[in-house]
Amino acid sequence: MAQQQRPTTRVGKAADYLDQRTSIGALVNQLARKVFPDHWSFMLGEIALFSFVVLIASGFFLTMFFEPSMALVRFEGEHPAAMQGQLMSAAFRSTVEMSFEVRGGLLMRQIHHWAALIFVGSIVLHMFRIFFTGAFRKPREVNWLVGALMLVLALAAGFSGYSLPDDVLSGNGLRIIDGVVKSIPLIGSYLSFLVFGGEFPGEHIIPRLFTLHIFVIPGLLIALIALHLFLMVLQKHTQYPGGGRTDRNVVGYPALPVYVAKMTGNFFIIAGVLTLMGATMAINNVWNYGPYDPSPVSAGTQPDWYILFVDGALRLMPGPGWEWVIGGYTLSMNLLIPAVVVPGILFTLLFAWPFVEARVTGDRGEHHVLDRPRNRPVRTAMGVALFVAFMVCALAATNDLIATHFSLSIFAITWVLRVLLIVGPVLAFWVTKRVCLGLQRKDRELVLHGHESGRIVRFANGEYVEVHTPLDEQERWLRVSYESPAPLEIAPLTDSRGVRRAGYRSERRWQRLSRFFYEDRVEPVTPAELEAAHAAHAHGRHAQVERPAAAVGAGTERPPQERA
Amino acid sequence: MSENQNPRTDASNEVTVAPEAGNAVVHADRFPDPGVPEHKHRLTDTDPKAAKRAERTVTLLFVLSILGTVGSIVAYVLVPPDGTTAGVRLSTLLIGLGLALSLLGIGVAGIHWAKTLMGDREFVQERHTLATQGEARETAIRDMNEGLEDSGVIGRRGVLKGAFFGALALFPLAIAVPLIGSVGGDWNISKFKHTMWQRGTRLAIDPSGRPIKAADVTVGSVFHVVPETTEEFRETHEWITEKSKAVVLMVRLNPEDLRTDQSPEGETWSHEGIVAYSKICTHVGCPVALYEQQTHHLLCPCHQSTFDIADSAKVVFGPANRRLPQLPITVDDEGYLVAQDDFAEPIGPSFWERLK
Ligand code: HEM
Ligand code: FES
Repeated sequence: MAQQQRPTTRVGKAADYLDQRTSIGALVNQLARKVFPDHWSFMLGEIALFSFVVLIASGFFLTMFFEPSMALVRFEGEHPAAMQGQLMSAAFRSTVEMSFEVRGGLLMRQIHHWAALIFVGSIVLHMFRIFFTGAFRKPREVNWLVGALMLVLALAAGFSGYSLPDDVLSGNGLRIIDGVVKSIPLIGSYLSFLVFGGEFPGEHIIPRLFTLHIFVIPGLLIALIALHLFLMVLQKHTQYPGGGRTDRNVVGYPALPVYVAKMTGNFFIIAGVLTLMGATMAINNVWNYGPYDPSPVSAGTQPDWYILFVDGALRLMPGPGWEWVIGGYTLSMNLLIPAVVVPGILFTLLFAWPFVEARVTGDRGEHHVLDRPRNRPVRTAMGVALFVAFMVCALAATNDLIATHFSLSIFAITWVLRVLLIVGPVLAFWVTKRVCLGLQRKDRELVLHGHESGRIVRFANGEYVEVHTPLDEQERWLRVSYESPAPLEIAPLTDSRGVRRAGYRSERRWQRLSRFFYEDRVEPVTPAELEAAHAAHAHGRHAQVERPAAAVGAGTERPPQERA
Repeated sequence: MSENQNPRTDASNEVTVAPEAGNAVVHADRFPDPGVPEHKHRLTDTDPKAAKRAERTVTLLFVLSILGTVGSIVAYVLVPPDGTTAGVRLSTLLIGLGLALSLLGIGVAGIHWAKTLMGDREFVQERHTLATQGEARETAIRDMNEGLEDSGVIGRRGVLKGAFFGALALFPLAIAVPLIGSVGGDWNISKFKHTMWQRGTRLAIDPSGRPIKAADVTVGSVFHVVPETTEEFRETHEWITEKSKAVVLMVRLNPEDLRTDQSPEGETWSHEGIVAYSKICTHVGCPVALYEQQTHHLLCPCHQSTFDIADSAKVVFGPANRRLPQLPITVDDEGYLVAQDDFAEPIGPSFWERLK
């Protein structure tokens, strides 16, 4: 083997030193110029990632001063005055002292809390992006599962953190959890003892939550994020449809330098914005609530936003008649339905969706080009319907605020929301599906007849005709390059010899579901159809004054949201 | 098996491949892929002056970041929080603004740099089928099979297999049993059914702990009540846990307004219009607290369950299913309000064994 060239620069020497010990060069080979597609919606996952980094950094700061103990102490400090001489847990005292005596302590607390809210928010938006564009399809089902698991963990992280300061709000939050846990049939009472190490609130819950909050949950999240990103790099990122983008290639910018520079830039911007929020917007000033005491509670206090939907569901569920006594045992359906059954169904749907969709589509291929949401009307409509249900529940969690702000009766609001929870999603499904199909038809229309140019031409015989400018080939490609799957076909019940087939019934059920998905569909325009349309135009003297393609590209009024 | 066999779902593969791949297949019923749009140059690619300007902007942003860091440290030193809320807020604001500027400076500079000065030409790379292909796949399958055969578990040695999986499945029990045994304390769930209240326990004001004389309770007034106990006990955990179950809301109504209460035939649980009900909501256990004098309605602030104090505290609205349990009260010889007994039923939210 020829003698390798010795590096001369300092960076070169360092790289060489490392490579001789780790063969890291091979990795750099693979990654340095790896191509990443670019789109604003790909930022949502990044926002989640970077808020997580901010959470770890600010969280480390907090652990230096927080005391995870429920030992009862007297507040000796001078400030805040309202706390003087009060009996409280060491956890609450350390939270107040960290805010008042540690410089930058309140800043870090507020950054941490805002980052948590943005973290969960960006995860949910990221998930919507994945869902509506079909990025969960093969081969990314596994990454979808990893992601869904992280969503659950993120909620757990948020809730365990919210409870740590041991103030009135967090204690009441725990008490609600206790009530829900106790409603679980058979094991509920024992689960409550398991969580609290005895009766609520006891003296164990804060240290236990602390271990979960700073060790178990972040540890799992870090491992899963690593897996998530590893799979993303291995499978290469998806891309939006467009000229030259296929399921066999990836079009975008190289990791070095553009993608890395943008990612680094994004990290600092997100960290900066979160810091700005922490600096200027007060959040969870626990000394205003006071240490946990089982007796007082203040009206109009809301949990963090991602818990709102469960809280709202608890409010909407009517009570009387929903507690059943069976053989002397008590079954509280008024709690189980909103707090256990509904979220259970929601998360089961979430985990199962990629597999259900693949089954009803009869789809075993790899997909790397994303769907435009309109091209999958039923999927898109389901997503919107779920979102509406989520929003109605979240809104219900603020029914007391709505009532006082608009001086309405809380009874009326609750009833309106109850009806809305049933009707809203159905309506949203129907409307969204119609809108998607409408947009698909619009796409066909545009491909066949071009954009309206607003230019009117008068013919010799006095007839007026508006000139349509045909689409340039890039735009046309965007509007025709999609698949419109048909409902599944299945073999008949009996084979050619009249023997009944096993498994027919299950196939039939899947077929029915498949019809629900794909019965209404709009096929993309084919060249033959376009040809025919042109011929019709020429024939009916629907004169198409063709403009050169370049001019079209520059001046067409392409609605911005249509550019995927 | 290649996964791209399904013509219906994967047809776009067949239609076109980027021009770079050079093997475009065109179907009669499919439009051809026009290929990656032409690259457009930016101003900074063609105009050296614009590039220079962009460079200066980026430099300036980095300098701003440095100033932010310095500012944050200056604020740390010069504006220590003086202990008051306003002082803490000012310190938070100044340190935070400095840090935010320092971070945003770097971030915006990086993005601007990438957008104006780094190459913006799009690249096309091939994807490889994820499934292992060809010989590597064969080898992998062979290795797996050989490994399994070497272990000797295939087909034979059912007992060995059973013992192996059995041992693996069972060993965590040796950790789980001690853990679960202790993690729930004494596991005595019958505690849910009892509170501190006993025959003769005086009703005391929360939080001062002062016992209440019936004569001091005027019509229309509301008392947040706890059982009377010693000062020392009130500084322990057990107190907080007991208080979580024992808190009571006491109201004095005009005796003629009190339509019903929960006293059984032949007993009186109220005292001259004074009634005491558990303050723990029967929904999920928030303390109910908002009492409206005109309607005698008691509202839980958590999910708005509403109870009618004048009518046995029964549910008039909301997600709770059961009325609030009543604490039977009377007065002792000195005129203090006392409990006749503990609550007749478990307080708070329902649980499986509630009626057992
Ligand atoms: C802790 C929370 C999460 C973090 C930090 C995270 C981070 C990321 C990042 C940085 C990417 C690449 C950029 C992008 O496409 O947005 C990504 C891709 C992806 N994520 Fe997540 N994610 C999280 C949660 C989720 C959830 C809840 C799901 C779905 C249930 C999910 C499913 C996916 C999938 C399928 C991809 C591949 C997308 C593609 O190639 O188009 N992730 N994630
Ligand atoms: S806890 Fe009282 S209404 Fe839910």
